[in-house]
Amino acid sequence: MLLLIPLLPFFGFLVNASFGRRLTKSASGSVACAVMLAAFGVAALSVWQLLGMDAHNRAIEQHVFDWIVAGDFRAPLTLRLDPLSSLMILVITGIGSLIHIYSTAYMHEEIDSEYARYFSYLNLFASFMLVLVLGANFLVMFVGWEGVGLCSYLLIGFYYQKKSASDAGKKAFIVNRVGDFGFILGVLLLFVRFGSVDFQEIARHAAGLSPEVAFGTLSLATLLLFVGATGKSAQIPLYIWLPDAMEGPTPVSALIHAATMVTAGVYMIGRNAVLFSHAPETLQVIAVVGVVTAFMAGTIGLVQNDIKRVLAYSTVSQLGYMFLAMGVGAYTAGIFHLYTHAFFKALMFLGSGAVIHALAGEQDIRRMGGLKSELPVTYWTFLIGALAIAGVPLLSGFFSKDEILYRTYASGHTWLWVLGVATSLLTAIYMFRLVFLTFHGTRATADVVAAAQHGHDGGHGHDDAHGHDAHGHHLHDAPKPMAFALIVLAVGSILAGYVGVPQVIGGSNRIEQFLEPSFTVSERAGADIAGLDAVREHQSEESGPELMLMAVSSLIALSGIGIAFFFFQKNPSASDSVATQFAGLRTLLSNKYYVDELYDATIIQPIKIVSEEGLWKAVDAKVIDGSVNGVAESVGSLSELLRRLQTGSVRAYAASLFLGVVLTLGYYLWR
Amino acid sequence: MSFPILTSLVVLPIVGALALFALRDEEENERAIQIFSLVVAIAVFAVTLLLWARFDSASADFQFVEHHAWIPSFGISYNVGIDGISLLLIVLTGFLTPIALLCSWESVHKKTRAFCMAVLLLEAAMIGVFVSLDLFLFYVFWDAMLIPMYFLIGIWGYDRRIYASLKFLLYTMAGSVLMLLAILGLAWLHQTTAGSYSFDLLALYSLPIPEHLQFWFFLAFALAFAIKVPLFPFHTWLPDAHVEAPTAGSVILAGVLLKMGTYGLVRFAFPLFPAAATFFAPYLAFLAVVGIIYGALVAMVQPDMKKLVAYSSVSHLGFVVLGIATLNTQGVQGAVYQMLNHGISTGGLFLIVGMLSDRRHTRLISEYGGLKLVTPHLVAAFLIITLSSIGLPGLNGFVGEFLILLGTFAWNPKFAVCAATGVILSATYMLWMFQRVNYGTVSEKNRALPDLKPREWALLVPVIALAILMGVLPNLFLRPIAPSVERMLEQVRRGAPVEANASGRDVTPRAGN
Repeated sequence: MLLLIPLLPFFGFLVNASFGRRLTKSASGSVACAVMLAAFGVAALSVWQLLGMDAHNRAIEQHVFDWIVAGDFRAPLTLRLDPLSSLMILVITGIGSLIHIYSTAYMHEEIDSEYARYFSYLNLFASFMLVLVLGANFLVMFVGWEGVGLCSYLLIGFYYQKKSASDAGKKAFIVNRVGDFGFILGVLLLFVRFGSVDFQEIARHAAGLSPEVAFGTLSLATLLLFVGATGKSAQIPLYIWLPDAMEGPTPVSALIHAATMVTAGVYMIGRNAVLFSHAPETLQVIAVVGVVTAFMAGTIGLVQNDIKRVLAYSTVSQLGYMFLAMGVGAYTAGIFHLYTHAFFKALMFLGSGAVIHALAGEQDIRRMGGLKSELPVTYWTFLIGALAIAGVPLLSGFFSKDEILYRTYASGHTWLWVLGVATSLLTAIYMFRLVFLTFHGTRATADVVAAAQHGHDGGHGHDDAHGHDAHGHHLHDAPKPMAFALIVLAVGSILAGYVGVPQVIGGSNRIEQFLEPSFTVSERAGADIAGLDAVREHQSEESGPELMLMAVSSLIALSGIGIAFFFFQKNPSASDSVATQFAGLRTLLSNKYYVDELYDATIIQPIKIVSEEGLWKAVDAKVIDGSVNGVAESVGSLSELLRRLQTGSVRAYAASLFLGVVLTLGYYLWR
Repeated sequence: MSFPILTSLVVLPIVGALALFALRDEEENERAIQIFSLVVAIAVFAVTLLLWARFDSASADFQFVEHHAWIPSFGISYNVGIDGISLLLIVLTGFLTPIALLCSWESVHKKTRAFCMAVLLLEAAMIGVFVSLDLFLFYVFWDAMLIPMYFLIGIWGYDRRIYASLKFLLYTMAGSVLMLLAILGLAWLHQTTAGSYSFDLLALYSLPIPEHLQFWFFLAFALAFAIKVPLFPFHTWLPDAHVEAPTAGSVILAGVLLKMGTYGLVRFAFPLFPAAATFFAPYLAFLAVVGIIYGALVAMVQPDMKKLVAYSSVSHLGFVVLGIATLNTQGVQGAVYQMLNHGISTGGLFLIVGMLSDRRHTRLISEYGGLKLVTPHLVAAFLIITLSSIGLPGLNGFVGEFLILLGTFAWNPKFAVCAATGVILSATYMLWMFQRVNYGTVSEKNRALPDLKPREWALLVPVIALAILMGVLPNLFLRPIAPSVERMLEQVRRGAPVEANASGRDVTPRAGN
């Protein structure tokens, strides 16, 4: 039954990939949505079944077949559903279905074959993502891991005629491969150390060890795995591909580059929580990288003008929070945030898609404004998303982000907590900057018309057919399928947090109880895990600080919104004067700290030049071929010498023949 | 004695080639010649599949052995037999030869009969190499392979074909001569120790060879094989040969001929001279790792698609040699698997490049762009084969690469770390080429290119199907390989000095300490 969950979308992929050209749009769209909904149904049933099991041993396993067997190495294709993966499959199939439905309207301007191609990739993605989270060992996970990377590559480069799109796709794939380099080595090290690639076996082995005091094998292995996570989940130093990935269609950004794929790194750490708990050094690194990424991406997000890029940096930033949580051992909090983030970030991406759709491909928020009245559904749902991510009390983001910050503080990482809180201020500011600039104020119609033209020139991929929208006097709000997805996600963004209301304000934090068994080995062995215990103790100690911190975060969120309101709504000239005052900083931020340029100058260009001028044209052509030719020439002159012996004179040949016979006979006679 | 199935495998293509004489080499016969030779090649493939069906995968012994005295006074015999390793390489040969023939239907119009004969004779020689259990016989087939290949490049190649074919011939001959000397030396050694000459591989396996002699013998064999692989720095003949060879030549060259080198290491150089092999393994591994990175970097900057694929072969074959050098189960199994993979994926890439070059008569990447719009099916096939080549899990390339890295990591993590950079680099050069050829806007010159024709579908579908099959069900192929690899490792271990054995050459998990 578990196998059916990834197989259903895969079937949809096969249909659209093989017959897509001959199917009408409604047929291919329906197939794609139907398989996703069916997968959601099967997933829900499986989770229902799981919930009926004993709380501490909830797991369903399905062994499909032995995939790779070589000597003592064994990688079976086994799927495993436990609380952690059950949450993931619900997010993937649930939010995935919504985004598929949304896409049927969003992509409607494409021709039939492109439409089918889009849905085939999207289905394939869902299938691989489900394999990633259901895989019971590292190798099966890696199938999904690379598979989603492939789909991400294909979908980022969906508008393949556009150079920037295919560049972005390639960049995403290659940067992810850099991460995979670490990931593979980590898996190899774990196998050599433990003789298995199975998550549970590794956890069992690790649980028998005491946490590493100094940097050892476990620290190295987990650090290598984390390198893989920084690639997939866009953390320092490999985050650079995600902002560029916005070249893909907007629903893709929502599904792959916000809700699901980019959280794979966080999931992978959660999946191996026991192992990571035994490598405190690595956890430290993860926490620091997470919070620094969160902060840095937040600062860049402040000055971006492309609506999707703001959201992209926001995603990088929020993923940073999740890693912070993982790094301080608060696995539940990290996964909880992953889950709420999936709702509100998907919502905001889809909302931005509705805006872009209405404005014929326009993505620059400086050319927007005043859309509130014209796109009411989009506006209100987007606003809910923004409130949720900013951490306004009683919305989902509040509960999960607050949990992370509290756990960070409680585990004694005061400085990380400070950075985390600062980031949450930044989040509120840049998000409401986006809200105010896009939906409030006034819109210069001429600008939008110009923008529509600009869209044509720039080849914004999907703009041709809806140019008329911009020329018309009023804009169209999201069509029904899009509005449906927006509203469901908005409701989710409000309510999703209520499964994790902390005890301190009278909640029962059910998600923590539900997920906890996934982060331990089994009820008995799990008691040894130091990291989790420490956190648990903190949590039960006193409620005073927790309430206070909660108040601080709420205040921060509200003041961030206030700041945004002041600068971008009430008093725009103030923001301009601040911008001129800190022109240098602004340039630095708009250019994203010049990290891309740095990588290009220090890594990419040197490799290209050395390969072309050094290896190919010098070593290959001159050194190796040169010496081969040298040998050939000396052989040539030697043969020239030998050729002289061949005089053509029969007598000379006869003489040499005779000499040869004499010498041979002589040797045998006198030896 | 049962039916001599191996002999018939060698003879069948020869008979087919000779039968072609019945058809006059004229234009109106062209299609008949092509169809007839294709039928012969498919029949050979069917026999190789039959062979696999009859093969006992659980056994490590040589099977279907035929042993007849040939020149008894020198201990030379006609001795053939196969184990799991040669079995799969023979199947690969049987698989690729019809493809090589069919891919030339529209591109070879000059001396078609001779062309088909050359391909069939080449197939016979290649199968001969894989079945030989007698060193003399092996050498005969080994050199016999050169002749049809030389003509394939020299007659049906592109502009600089004469230079390329000569370079190919001289390079390979240089290695073979030393190997011949070593083979003769071995027979002589057998005479001095056992009293009679022998070229029998199995007899020589059990011949105790003094270590200092092993050293020289190994070097002679290894050099011949290293050139054939080609291992860095003996690779410069390969790009030229590939670029100038017709598509069929490239497919066979990359698909089968390059495996002769690595097969030779597994079958001859390592088990015959275990002490020397153990000693030299790290050096071979070093060159292999250099080749992996070097080949990838040079591939990245090639303007010519065929050259790019050729250099990528240097990189991929580096993985194979690295796997062999690990001398542990996963490494060597991975290496054998990677030999098959490379035949499929690189063979496939050459097919694609050939199709493009048939259409546009250029192989320069810069001449293309935006093909996805005009030839979507061809590009889809291109994508799958590209992914197979860069080792995407679920396709064939991953299984081999991963097992090799696993074996290498257990043996020497430093090599594994360096080799694993190949994972990044291969994605870089392949996807960059893929982007420049298939994405972007389409230029006027490419606007009217036709998509896949039925004949081309027939070429690509089997290749892609096999790439998927080998990625999803690798055990189907690993199972017959495993016992043979174990036997070879056992041979090396028995003959290697004790201290080398103790250095932890097996993947022994040290769990729980």
